[in-house]
Amino acid sequence: MPASHKFQRARPAPGFHFGRLKRIVRLGLKTLWLHRLRSLLTVLGIVFGVCSVIAMLAIGEGASHEAQEQIKNLGSQNIIVRSIKPPDQQKASEGSQQSYVLQYGLTYADVRRIRATITGVQLILPSRIMREYVWNIDRRLDCEIIATVPWYPTLRHHEVISGRFFTDHEMDAKASVCVLGAELVPVLFPLGSPLGKEVRVGGSYYHVVGVMAPRGKNPQTGADVQQSSQTVPNSMFIPLETAKTRYGEILRKIRSGSFEQERVELHELTVEVASSEQVMATADAVKALLERHHPKKDYEMVVPLELLRRAERTKQIFNIVLGSIAAISLLVGGIGIMNIMLASVTERTREIGIRRALGAKREDIITQFLVEAVILSAAGGIIGVLLGVIIPHFVSQFAGMRTIITFWSPFLAFTISGTVGVIFGIYPAFRAAAMDPVEALRHE
Amino acid sequence: MTSPVENPASAETIVRLESVEKTYRMGPVTVQALRGISLSIEAGDYISIMGPSGCGKSTLLNVLGCLDRPSSGHYFLGADDVSNLDDRDLSEIRGARLGFIFQSYNLIQQLTVVENIEVPLFYQGCGEEEMRERAAHLAKLVGLEARLDHKPFELSGGQQQRVAIARALVNDPLVILADEPTGNLDSVSGQEILKVFDDLNSHGKTIILVTHDAEVARHAARAVRLRDGLVDSDVRFNKS
Repeated sequence: MPASHKFQRARPAPGFHFGRLKRIVRLGLKTLWLHRLRSLLTVLGIVFGVCSVIAMLAIGEGASHEAQEQIKNLGSQNIIVRSIKPPDQQKASEGSQQSYVLQYGLTYADVRRIRATITGVQLILPSRIMREYVWNIDRRLDCEIIATVPWYPTLRHHEVISGRFFTDHEMDAKASVCVLGAELVPVLFPLGSPLGKEVRVGGSYYHVVGVMAPRGKNPQTGADVQQSSQTVPNSMFIPLETAKTRYGEILRKIRSGSFEQERVELHELTVEVASSEQVMATADAVKALLERHHPKKDYEMVVPLELLRRAERTKQIFNIVLGSIAAISLLVGGIGIMNIMLASVTERTREIGIRRALGAKREDIITQFLVEAVILSAAGGIIGVLLGVIIPHFVSQFAGMRTIITFWSPFLAFTISGTVGVIFGIYPAFRAAAMDPVEALRHE
Repeated sequence: MTSPVENPASAETIVRLESVEKTYRMGPVTVQALRGISLSIEAGDYISIMGPSGCGKSTLLNVLGCLDRPSSGHYFLGADDVSNLDDRDLSEIRGARLGFIFQSYNLIQQLTVVENIEVPLFYQGCGEEEMRERAAHLAKLVGLEARLDHKPFELSGGQQQRVAIARALVNDPLVILADEPTGNLDSVSGQEILKVFDDLNSHGKTIILVTHDAEVARHAARAVRLRDGLVDSDVRFNKS
């Protein structure tokens, strides 16, 4: 007999095929089931981690989606310039020759200048905004009368849901027509369609030709958006030319004990730029132009695209914060799994010894314990995903907040929790495999 | 009644130890557990290893069971020198050529009877159906066909040891190593287990039985007595 004879295997070395893995997984499940409570408690860390990530992502996504929707409604290619009372108005009105007529804001001259000097501007939408009561017989509503031009719906992405917007012809003819905001309809016309009916504003009647689509509810996403969403309160649209003849250039505001007159030509200008790449440059140009002619700073500019970018940046930060929270909670969960696996390895030293004596190789032992760790973390991941999907649902149900579960977030959470299982299962599994079979068999 | 050992020339030698030594280092102290043991065992033999505690019995069993490597010397199991194999190959050898029976049965508690019997086959890479078939066959052989789906704790000691025997036989090993197989059993169950061993040996199985009980050792055909890490006596019983 030769002294060193390379030993030959009786069978080919067992490969890693599916049937084997299935058996190992079944064994793992059985073992974990023996210690149900312990397994459940171990898994909780992962469950909470995964669930909170998905739920918070969904809530955050919902909130930012709402904000972005609102900004997009303003038009990402638009620049909105709005008249505001200059900060030094008090002094100006006192020292002024015209005594109590306050003059400020954007003018038709501004429109002409922008159109003439700034390239890339496609359309300009001027509008005047007046606050008045709108009446239908004895029903009334405090309302913003927006006097504007017929291309308002396309420019501001605000659609007409029934009837139509007023036409160029009606504009030229200074017709007494109006389009109601959707919010007005249930109050003024609780029964039946308002189309073809009339509403009264002050002393004049307007023929209702259309109803606008409702806009998003009261946004809770920041002052910027709230200020700029002029269309959110009750609004009614009339042709700009009609308003000019009805109201003139001077607005009187009568309040209890005070009486003031303002002369504002235009309250708001929406400038549409040909492409969104040009928006920022055009905005700068418009700003420079207005600065020259409005030393009193009686206007403000809103660039929805800039708001959008800012909102996106906020969301990015939010996601980073969430990611860190997720990472920490999964880390904690992983450590919990490692802890329990180490305990399990010690507890089952004898079993490891028996298996080694019966022919288990080191990698067989590693596989067995690694599979158990992954089962724990994956089970935690599944429960976490389920809770994480259910919780946002309840949040939107009861808190009225919009939540969006992006399709990738459960997958991501699940994958990460599985990975956590592998990472934190490796060390205990190697400890188990490194045991000396003789020592392990002797272990009580 | 006894006569000195002489190798029956007809039988094939399946276990051969050549001056096997084993030393342990326990801190600064070196313990020499085996001090040069040479031993040959032929196929179909039934051998008992006896000796007082501390004589090197367990160490010898660990070496024979490929759980431990000798410090020097050679150990041939079947056709191969297994004294210098690495952990992986030793595991393979244990699974393929050896069957273990322990004093405390050493069944895996969370597995059923049939699953316990299947364990060695699983590590050999057997298919699911082949495993089940073979395990069921062996359970029948040791008289446990009615208890396939029972857990070890539902069985008596004697029954558990039968499961362990079935498990040791399932991979059709060259040698069965039994370490005090009756040590935890009452005398009736112990006799039954020894009867099973006798049957197995009469069917040609090679059995190495480690015990300190002379009565148990009498079941073997040959008795090796160890003392201080050396073979003290090696006798063959003449069974009439």
